[in-house]
Parts: sequence; structure tokens; C-alpha cells
Amino acid sequence: MSLRLIDGSEAVAEAALSAGLRFYSGYPMSPATDLLEQLAKKLPQRGGVCINADTEIEGVNMAIGASMTGFRAATGSCGQGLSLMQEAIAEVALNETPLVIFNMARSQQDYFQATRGGGWGDYRTIALAPKDVPEAVELTQLAFHLSDKYRVPAIVYGDNILARTLTAVDTSPIAFEPLPPRDWALDGTTGGTGRSKQIWTWGVGKHNTPGPGPQLHWRNIADKFARIAETEQRWEAGFHEDAETMVVAFGTAGKFVEYVVEDMRQEGWQVGFFRPITLWPFPEDALERGCKTARQVLVFELNAGQMIDDVRISLGKRVPIRSIGGISSDDAGINIGDRMDASYIRARIIEAMEPVS
Amino acid sequence: MNVAARKLSRGTIVVAVDRCKGCELCVRACPVDVLTMSEVTNANGFRFPLLAPGCTGCTACQQVCPDYVFEVYKYEEAVDELAAD
Amino acid sequence: MNYVDTTYPPVRESRQVASFKPALLQTEEHHLCPGCGEPVAIRLICEVIQELGLAQDTISIFGHGCYGAFMSTLDVETTLCLHGRAPAVATGMKRMRPDKLIWTMQGDGDMVSEGLAEVLHTAARGESVTCFMLNNGVFGDTGGQMTAASVVGQRTKNTLEGRDPGYHGFPITIGEMVAALPGSAYVARGSVHNAGSIAQAKKMIRRGFERQMANAGFGLVEILTMCPTGWFLPTKDGPEYMMESLGSVYPLGIIKDVGAEQPA
Repeated sequence: MSLRLIDGSEAVAEAALSAGLRFYSGYPMSPATDLLEQLAKKLPQRGGVCINADTEIEGVNMAIGASMTGFRAATGSCGQGLSLMQEAIAEVALNETPLVIFNMARSQQDYFQATRGGGWGDYRTIALAPKDVPEAVELTQLAFHLSDKYRVPAIVYGDNILARTLTAVDTSPIAFEPLPPRDWALDGTTGGTGRSKQIWTWGVGKHNTPGPGPQLHWRNIADKFARIAETEQRWEAGFHEDAETMVVAFGTAGKFVEYVVEDMRQEGWQVGFFRPITLWPFPEDALERGCKTARQVLVFELNAGQMIDDVRISLGKRVPIRSIGGISSDDAGINIGDRMDASYIRARIIEAMEPVS
Repeated sequence: MNVAARKLSRGTIVVAVDRCKGCELCVRACPVDVLTMSEVTNANGFRFPLLAPGCTGCTACQQVCPDYVFEVYKYEEAVDELAAD
Repeated sequence: MNYVDTTYPPVRESRQVASFKPALLQTEEHHLCPGCGEPVAIRLICEVIQELGLAQDTISIFGHGCYGAFMSTLDVETTLCLHGRAPAVATGMKRMRPDKLIWTMQGDGDMVSEGLAEVLHTAARGESVTCFMLNNGVFGDTGGQMTAASVVGQRTKNTLEGRDPGYHGFPITIGEMVAALPGSAYVARGSVHNAGSIAQAKKMIRRGFERQMANAGFGLVEILTMCPTGWFLPTKDGPEYMMESLGSVYPLGIIKDVGAEQPA
């Protein structure tokens, strides 16, 4: 275990390299720029390639090309940049090409983008939301593993606090279960054999080797995502066994909420927290179990209400659900704003828990 | 153009009749004008090329054809295609 | 008029000089229109790859167009990418597999309309990939609409009165633009309007691939292809119309070849 004091951007870059990243293509956009700069420096030193793409669209498509030939590849930006990549993310979901996409976001306003996606078709995207730099190191490596394992896109949803906070972390490789060889990848060698390979969102196949065709191919992919939804949910919960009020939050907000709830518990408040780590697949059953004793559920997210939809899907009308977050930004529109604040969160929770006078 | 003067063929073709889509690019491409389109149509309703004597085996028809309708052969000796064997 | 029986190969002594299809197509069948020039271009590419012995060292990236039919019959590794993005996908592939022959198959709609940024940036970066553009001045697959390459006066489904520069602007001649970038190594424009131009186009394809294998930089091979359907023409008039209309804006020839200047 060797710890280094580095910021989240460098930590994520190192974690990606530990996971075997060989290709990155990105475009500068705050607060994802530091990640690009880190990889522009480190990837070539470690035998990989980092291309300063001229547009986000090119960046994601270059990474797709690299991944199609059987190498771990990634791209990244903030949510505004990921907007341009939506078509490409859907494309890899439907043609089963692994791809990791880093969203070093400006805010928590990208939850819908990460979990619903803006591309066409029946597809999902694995979305992992770390609460701090050490978890980001773990989830970055997990993202590459899951993306390869299932041949699906995976988003790592960080933010500007994560990107810039210095923490002592160990970025050495994490061991995951071994994966089968990438026999689907293109390297030219099946050319002229009568059985040459094809990667296509429509699964048509070739004259000699017909594929399932669009309908069956897309149904197979939908089934695959249903299996992922059952097996890859991750979450963290605390003080929920007897909580009267549960607070749900994701990402950095989840760490702030955890801190506030721990404090309030010591003062005797019967409050608990729940943090989905996988935004998709959202841990619906775990949330329901976690809120068993709750008489209200508060959702602290810094947006106009996005994760709250998934909380409602999980809990139904069984318990009142309220937002205690809201849009929070600074004058530049780039930073998280002043509601990402322990005192603010505490005040909103207390306000919800005290009887109305 | 006197077709009768070109009675000897130095080459010949095989025509995949039912693959032809009747575009007539081969007729236009043939430098010795030995291709004409049929009156009858193939299984898909298209007219297809007919070969008169005088082919040189130059492959121009095969090269311009979008539907890969032609195979081309060169005879070892010039042949009178219409003479009895 | 007596005709020669062309049903079977000749019984008299002969040798075959041309086959129905190239070895690297799994079948002759395709659904493209009568008189289309694209299958001719595809055949040439197949022949060159075979002649260069690169069938097991090549990966092709198809954009979206009628030529996509060959995604399912081409016997080399293929992928279909997003409209216009093929040069970017090619970049990622070539950087990871620099010893492979990486090429794209695009139309004028795919490359010059949707994919203008991709082809220019890829050329500027000097990626040693080869991009093919089958230029018929229309989006053929959707029925024949105007692209950024359609010529002034050209009637299409959405410029029925003819492309009017005052309203629709002027065509972009991508070959000349790419040739102006230092990263481009080989830019050529051929056509398939007759056997002579077809032979020239095949040479351009071969030269383009040779330049890539020599890591010379970006290659663009544009091939003018007939689209009588998109041009509202009888099929037999396609070649002549093409050279009068497209041919007057897109002159044939080798536009740039840095490899030609190298000592032998």
C-alpha cells in the first residue's frame, strides 16, 4: 500500500492506467481538463496514446475505434461535453463495444443524462458515482472491468470537488475476476477466410455468417442490460435500521450527507442515509429495505430533481418523499455553488424533521 | 459498322442473365460493339446483354458492370463462333 | 442476327481473364440500383487488397450510404460507424494497430456534409489511414437529396429546381481542401465512367494503400460514381452526365502525392 497525496484528476488518471488504459482522447472542458492533461502526459510515457481531440464527437469516436481493436479506451468531459457524445454512447451499447466515459461534472445536474441517456434505442449505461477520491480510484477500475465484462458503456460520474481535492490515495491495480479473451475485437486476421468479423449495431452479420438481425440483436441486448440490472447494483447505507428520516444523496453530496447524519446521530436524531453507488442500475430494492422504518425520505441532490424520480420508482407512495437540495451554482456557472455545505444540509434535514409550529 | 467483318471472336463471355438489372453500361463500354440488349426480359423483368461474334475478350464489359454479370475468356485461337463445331 | 450462347464457359480452348466477382466479396448479389457506380468501386478495392496480400491485415470502417450493402458481403473485417465519424474511428484503430491497413468507405454525404470536421482533422493530424469517398453528389440512400458536394444547378429531391448558390451555397471540393493540409500525403480523384477511368481509379486505390503502408500520412481517394436514380436519368446516360456535371467541378487526377517525390 503506497499512498500519494494527489488530486482527484491525477488519481483517476492513475487508476485508469492501473486498469490498463491504452488510449484516451479528450477535449478540454472544466473541470475535466485536468484529467486530459494528466493523461496527455502519462499515457505516452506508459506505452499508450492520448489524442487531443478537436471535438468531443471526434474524441469519443476515436476511443471507440481503439476499443474495437481490443484495447481499453476511454474519453471524458463534463456533462456539457457528454451531451455531444450521446449518439456514440448509444452506439457502443448497441454494437457491444466496451467504452469508459468520464464525466468530471460541473454539477449534479447530469443525473438524467447519465442514467437515461440521450442516444437512440433501447440501451442503458452503467453509471458509477464516487463520493470521494479513494472511491473514485476504485470505481474507475471497476468501470473498465464491467465495461469489458459485459461489453457495455460505463460512465464514471465525478465532479469538480473530486477533480481538485487532494487526498492520500493508493492507485495500484485492483484484481478483478479474469475476463474471457476479446474474440469479438477487430484485428484484421479473419479477412479473406469467408468468416470475416463485423461489428454493427444492427447485428445483420454477413452473407456467409448471418447475424441475428436488428430485432433479435436489440432484444438480446435488452436482456443483457436486464441481467446487469440484477447483478451489478452497488450502494452504501448507514443508520437506516431504525431511522425515522432517511436522506438519499449521490456522489460528493453523499459524503457530505453521511458526515451530517453521523453528527446528527450523535446528538440523538433518528436519521439515516442511503447512497446509490451505481446510479444505474439504481439499487431499488436496497433503498426500499433501507427505508423500511422511515416516515419520510429526503433527497439531497443539487439539481431541480432528477434522482428523486428513481427514489419514487423504488418507494412508490408508501412514504412521503421530498427534495431538500435544489440547483446550486456559482456566478460562473461552473462550480457546485454554496448548497454543497454541511450546515446547509443539516438545517434542511432538521427543518424536515421538526414538527411545523 | 459492319458486324459481318468481325465474324471471328478472340474472346467470349458468360452472362449471369438473372443478375442483370438492364443498365446497358456494358453496351456503351464495349469497344467493338458486340453487345446489344435483349428484347425478352429476365426473371426480374430486366433486359440483358446478348453477344454477337467479334468479342476480343478485353473485359471492358466486366469492368463497368455494377452487378458482376460477366465472366470473360480469351480464346487461344480466333474462333468463328457461329460455325458448326 | 445470330448470337453467341453465353450461358456456360466456352468449350473451345480458352483461359479466363475476368471473373464475376472479386475473391473478397462473399456474393455477387446486392440491392443497389441499376447503373450504380458504387459496386464497381468496391470491386476495385477488393481486387487491390487481394493483390497486395493484405486481406488478413485490414480493417474497414463504413459510413452510412448505399455502399453499406457491402458491409454484409465484404470478406474483410468491417464495422459500421456513425455517419461522418469514420475518420475518427479510423484514427483510434490505426493508433492501436499501426501495422494494419485501416480504411474508410464513405459517400460525399457522409464525408463532406456530416463528417467534414472529422476528415479535415484526421488529415491535419496526418493519420496514416486511407479514406474513400464515393462521390455522386447526392445522399443516395435516402432517395437522392443534396449534399455539400452537389454541384450548382444539380436537381435533387430537395433542390428540384437545381442547386441555387444564392440559397443553397456552393459545393465543397474536399480533395483540394485536404491536399492543402501538410498532414495529407496522397489525394487522388478517379471515376468509374468507362473502362479507362476504372483502370486509373484502381491504380489510385493501390497507390493510396501503398502510401499508408509506408506511413506517409493521410490518404483520400475520391471516386466519382454514377447515381442515375439520384440524378433522374436513364441508366445508360449516367456516365456522360456525371463527367459533364460532377466532372466539371471535380477534375480527375492525382491531386497530391508526397510519395511520388521520394527517391526510389
